[in-house]
Amino acid sequence: MKYLDEYRDGRVAAKVLAEIRRVTRRPWTLMEVCGGQTHSIVKHGVDRLLPTEIELVHGPGCPVCVTPLEQIDKAHVIAASPGVIFTSFGDMLRVPGSRTDLLRLKSEGADIRIVYAPVDAVRIAQENPDRQVVFFAIGFETTAPANALAVARAKALGVSNFTVLVSQVLVPPAMTAVLQSPGNRVQGFLGPGHVCTVMGYAEYEPIAAHYGVPIVITGFEPIDLLDGVLRTVRLLEAGAARVENQYSRVVSRAGNTAARRLMWSAFEVCDRKWRGVGTIPKSGLRLRWEFREYDAERRFQVGALETCEPAVCISGQILRGLKKPHDCPAFGTACTPASPLGATMVSAEGACAAYYTYGRFQESVTTHPVTTP
Amino acid sequence: MCLAIPGKVIEVFEDRGLRMARVDFVGTVRKVCLEHLAEAGPGDYVLVHVGFALSRVDPEEAERTYQFLAELGQLDELQAPETT
Repeated sequence: MKYLDEYRDGRVAAKVLAEIRRVTRRPWTLMEVCGGQTHSIVKHGVDRLLPTEIELVHGPGCPVCVTPLEQIDKAHVIAASPGVIFTSFGDMLRVPGSRTDLLRLKSEGADIRIVYAPVDAVRIAQENPDRQVVFFAIGFETTAPANALAVARAKALGVSNFTVLVSQVLVPPAMTAVLQSPGNRVQGFLGPGHVCTVMGYAEYEPIAAHYGVPIVITGFEPIDLLDGVLRTVRLLEAGAARVENQYSRVVSRAGNTAARRLMWSAFEVCDRKWRGVGTIPKSGLRLRWEFREYDAERRFQVGALETCEPAVCISGQILRGLKKPHDCPAFGTACTPASPLGATMVSAEGACAAYYTYGRFQESVTTHPVTTP
Repeated sequence: MCLAIPGKVIEVFEDRGLRMARVDFVGTVRKVCLEHLAEAGPGDYVLVHVGFALSRVDPEEAERTYQFLAELGQLDELQAPETT
């Protein structure tokens, strides 16, 4: 497949790896921000190819994982309400709330439908004028324009039986939270490539400068990831804390201004709670006042719900790069993708689910010493 | 979740005021919203996420990145002792 296959070429990977070994002088801890990158790294074993001096820790960039339990429980209450068609991306169906999950509710008779594109939910609302159609609008900046499009379409077409349950989060405040957390080990970031197709990367420059960390906006294929590591290590070895763009074939510094205009037409910044992490100031989006009639939390008076999270789960520390999945006593035993206990096991992009899926039950034992020329 | 994949724009059309496209992902063709990517048209590769085209794949940048990486280490090879 064009623009994918060439970035999986083993010969090129070997060259980039040799260069990484050549430039690495000291130990470095890097964090890949995005859950899609985590999944690709573990799937392709990118981390195990690196010299032992370079450790990759996995970041908070999995929106399914970090959607707070309160919002999941609200989704479940709304989805179980009579007359409701509840629509969602497929990833959210198995995510456990305090008491149940969407898949189980569906098996009990709730009308829950998977949509590929958020605007498809608006069409379902048009086709079912006597039902209330709710879309679970989760995601990072990558998904925000598509979610905004659904709300804007509903308004433009006068579809009044459509609402969204919003759980939108933003990457830069989460990176700042990682850097500010006590015991932070992260010295450089592989930045979130697809988020930056929308946002550009100018907003990462002050973070790099303020905290003295290089940030390399990186793609998702194995060679992109290796190139991202190479560029980050080069910057670290040179003592340079700036932003570089590895993913220049789709990311520009300005990003997609039209998509951003759409996003800001429907959403505004608010504080958001992250599952496993807690509330991060100004880290999310909510509907603007002009779109309040499309807010599912206004249409359905769900009220305050009492949430219940398993105490054993260490996902909060994993999401901040402080621990790895095999540091958890429940990993792979009490907690598996089929019956997840917490944030990082609930989605295929969560670090725990990726480790489990690709057979990482023990601490990796890598044997790739740095070769000095 | 932020999965986005490149596909080739086959044709552009309008759907109730929105600029849409049919995009080919190696044989699977899907409708994609192209409204927020004015610079993309038929024949272009676009990066698509949940039915929304986020950006155009820049063929020159793609080639440049790949070639740069593919050529890594070639200078080292030039410095290797010549064998006769």
